[in-house]
Amino acid sequence: MKLDSKTPEGSLAEKWTKYRGSMNLVAPNNKRRLDVIVVGTGLAGASAASTLGELGYNVKAFTFHDSPRRAHSIAAQGGINAAKNYQNDGDSIYRLFYDTIKGGDYRSRESNVHRLAECSTEIIDQAVAQGVPFAREYGGLLANRSFGGVQVSRTFYARGQTGQQLLIGAYSGLSRQIALGKVKMHNRHEMLDVVIVDGKARGIITRNLLTGKLEKHAAHCVVLATGGYGNVFYLSTNAMGSNVSAAWRAVKKGALMANPCYTQIHPTCIPVSGEYQSKLTLMSESLRNDGRVWVPNKLDDAKAIQQGQKTAQELKEEDRDYYLERRYPAFGNLVPRDVASRAAKTATDEGKGVVKTGLGVYLDFAAAIERYGKSTAHTKGISNPSSAQIKELGEEVVSQKYGNLFQMYEKITGENPYKSPMKIYPAVHYTMGGLWVDYNLETNIPGLFALGEANFSDHGANRLGASALMQGLADGYFVIPYTIGQFLSNEIRTPQISNESPEFITAEKETRARLDHLIDTNGNQSVESFHRKLGKIMWEYCGMSRNAEGLQKGIKMIQDLREEFKKDVFVPGVVEEFNPELEKATRVADFLEMGEVMMRDALDRNESCGGHFREEYVSSDGEAERNDEEYTYVAAWEWLENGKPQVHKEELKFENVELKTRSYK
Amino acid sequence: MQLTLKVWRQKNNKAEGKFEFHKIQAEEHMSFLEMLDVLNEKIVSEKKEPVAFEHDCREGICGSCSMVINGRPHGPQAGTTTCQLHMRAYKSGDTITIEPFRATSFPVIKDLVVDRSSFDNIIQAGGYISVNTGQAVDGNAIPVNRDDASDAFDSAACIGCGACVAACPNGSAMLFTSAKINHLEKLPQGKIEHNTRVKNMIKQMDKEGFGKCSNVGACGVECPKEIPMDNIAAMNRSYLTSVFTKE
Repeated sequence: MKLDSKTPEGSLAEKWTKYRGSMNLVAPNNKRRLDVIVVGTGLAGASAASTLGELGYNVKAFTFHDSPRRAHSIAAQGGINAAKNYQNDGDSIYRLFYDTIKGGDYRSRESNVHRLAECSTEIIDQAVAQGVPFAREYGGLLANRSFGGVQVSRTFYARGQTGQQLLIGAYSGLSRQIALGKVKMHNRHEMLDVVIVDGKARGIITRNLLTGKLEKHAAHCVVLATGGYGNVFYLSTNAMGSNVSAAWRAVKKGALMANPCYTQIHPTCIPVSGEYQSKLTLMSESLRNDGRVWVPNKLDDAKAIQQGQKTAQELKEEDRDYYLERRYPAFGNLVPRDVASRAAKTATDEGKGVVKTGLGVYLDFAAAIERYGKSTAHTKGISNPSSAQIKELGEEVVSQKYGNLFQMYEKITGENPYKSPMKIYPAVHYTMGGLWVDYNLETNIPGLFALGEANFSDHGANRLGASALMQGLADGYFVIPYTIGQFLSNEIRTPQISNESPEFITAEKETRARLDHLIDTNGNQSVESFHRKLGKIMWEYCGMSRNAEGLQKGIKMIQDLREEFKKDVFVPGVVEEFNPELEKATRVADFLEMGEVMMRDALDRNESCGGHFREEYVSSDGEAERNDEEYTYVAAWEWLENGKPQVHKEELKFENVELKTRSYK
Repeated sequence: MQLTLKVWRQKNNKAEGKFEFHKIQAEEHMSFLEMLDVLNEKIVSEKKEPVAFEHDCREGICGSCSMVINGRPHGPQAGTTTCQLHMRAYKSGDTITIEPFRATSFPVIKDLVVDRSSFDNIIQAGGYISVNTGQAVDGNAIPVNRDDASDAFDSAACIGCGACVAACPNGSAMLFTSAKINHLEKLPQGKIEHNTRVKNMIKQMDKEGFGKCSNVGACGVECPKEIPMDNIAAMNRSYLTSVFTKE
């Protein structure tokens, strides 16, 4: 299969502008006659659905949640990047582009990333106009902060709830279109299949989660904005319901899954506390602006801390190893996520972890509290402040900046992070891989589009902090409203699509059979127990570091687990009722296939890059070693009928950026 | 710790519900929902139907979890959603009563799951600023007073969980509605449509069958995002103004 990225001609900085200006348009009277299905109502889905509605298309939007406002975009904490250069610190569209390409370890498409950087500035304007209460300076202008992997301040934020506020903004726009009748909202509907008619995506099969009834929905094209697949690991920072099913169903119908092995392990999450644990909680990357990461220098100290015989405060400065500051002096605690995560693994592998399980490191705010305390005392004109005074003033500043995060930490762990340092450990957070799309965000199936985390397009092998919100909204507000016209302008003569064609009827029947099979299996093991087992295999063999031997073993284990699932899963109840266990079962069944493709991709990619770290490919100083000669390509996987995945390659051409070893030293 | 759970079971909206008792072994580091996961694992292993409850992000922000624990929405702790509640708040031997949010406008779907689409309907009646994509001026073109932005945020922090309604003896949605109105009113961009927004959202709120406010104050106490009751006072003031303002 030849993969055509459809990247427009012209110089990098002009591609999008020129393309936008010469693209096919659909006249308003025709837009009224065209139906668009949007699946998912997170940042990408809600922004796309509302914008397409504003343009005049008939939009049908779907979410499995009870309300579009609950999508997991809501949990993003830290912020959103934009190349506004409001801080006058040397930022520009090119710099954001360059940082993103470099951060992604040179495994993303130049043209897409540059477009993302261009759209970034418009997103902020749009969000402000919608009433998103971004943080402000005293003069009333927008405030910024820094994030990992960059040396400018370009992150806009609304306390530690930026994702929530941006999603509420998109949701309010969507609500307005629902009220105007331009978007028909289907809550509690889960997409279970995509329907292809004459080679084009023309609709979806959904299950009404309240009644359990299957429904056939037809449209001229289908847009998937259904998020990432991090929950394949069972334990991740994703919401419990986040799943790969919509994207995976598309793959089963011929779409390609690109770079599935690129998963992001976020360095600052709350460590696992026990076997019963259902999910992991992220502590925003913004904390690394002020928090210092360290472990004890001596193994004896680490052991004593693990056994609860010593505390962090008892360790003198010289007995601490601030390993990020030591190894990466230029970026210090603000190295990109993949680098920080691996460094934490190295430290704990040496036995220097600071929690009972050994899998945790410190994130310490004592220095920041003292620094802020002293400067506040100075501003307030307090001469010779006592150390208690300094601490109090400093804690106040830290609380203003990160109060809700500190509170969240205390709720979960029962420990006060103002008094003793936080304990953190890396956890699965985001998936850079996703459905293969071209420059128009269209998959290899005509009329099937993928936006946001569901596609693979912008982050390469590693995503920079505060870029997920940027990409979701860029795709939904500013890219798809234009590029969808490239497909729909050829459909203006196509009458309304019928949902009674043989293709729809077959798809519904197959879906029904799949659901019946899950119930009829009537085995002895719960869906949850299968998911947990899958997660353990994934984390063990396809987690923070991977090797060929482990991956081969892992693939076999997943195949066995999949067979076991088919024979022995137990799903209570019936299909036609509100049945959360059945919902879980369909999702886990798809994860059991997706997991194998991730491992195959990881095995195939004989290099280390970004979030994909192969133990065999390491430089002499312990850093990831890319192989640009052989692997500067996108690996797009096809799931063949016989259950054997096959890889197709899109070569990545770098015309503007020179491929270098990524260094944050 | 050994606990007894008294859980509300209800097959669907039409069926009659009843309490069911379960004994369970829990650990203090578990979250409340993880404790329910353990219960459900046990129920499924007996090939029975697990307790249905709504949950998603499990970090206190999506607003999905909706249960009344020992008579209080989201349990005993201030500023905490059910998913953030941990079992260290309980001791061995405790009996915990778990019920769904109860309000006329939140009909029960199954067990602890209720239908809160009435909230979406209120937002659709005007909880937005009428701006199309691409129309916006530069983000810094209109300065916003720092305290106003911060106040707007305090109201915008609402997660739409409905604890305010569940806590209110009248089943009133005044705190939810007022939080949205005040969030937008505090910002220059939102001021323009303020009067119509107030009228339309309140009209919709009444249409959904929510009760009136009688200044009980339970909503503000139980709100997991600690959105204060002054929002209601401000909305009442806005409502009066809007009624006497010519459009």
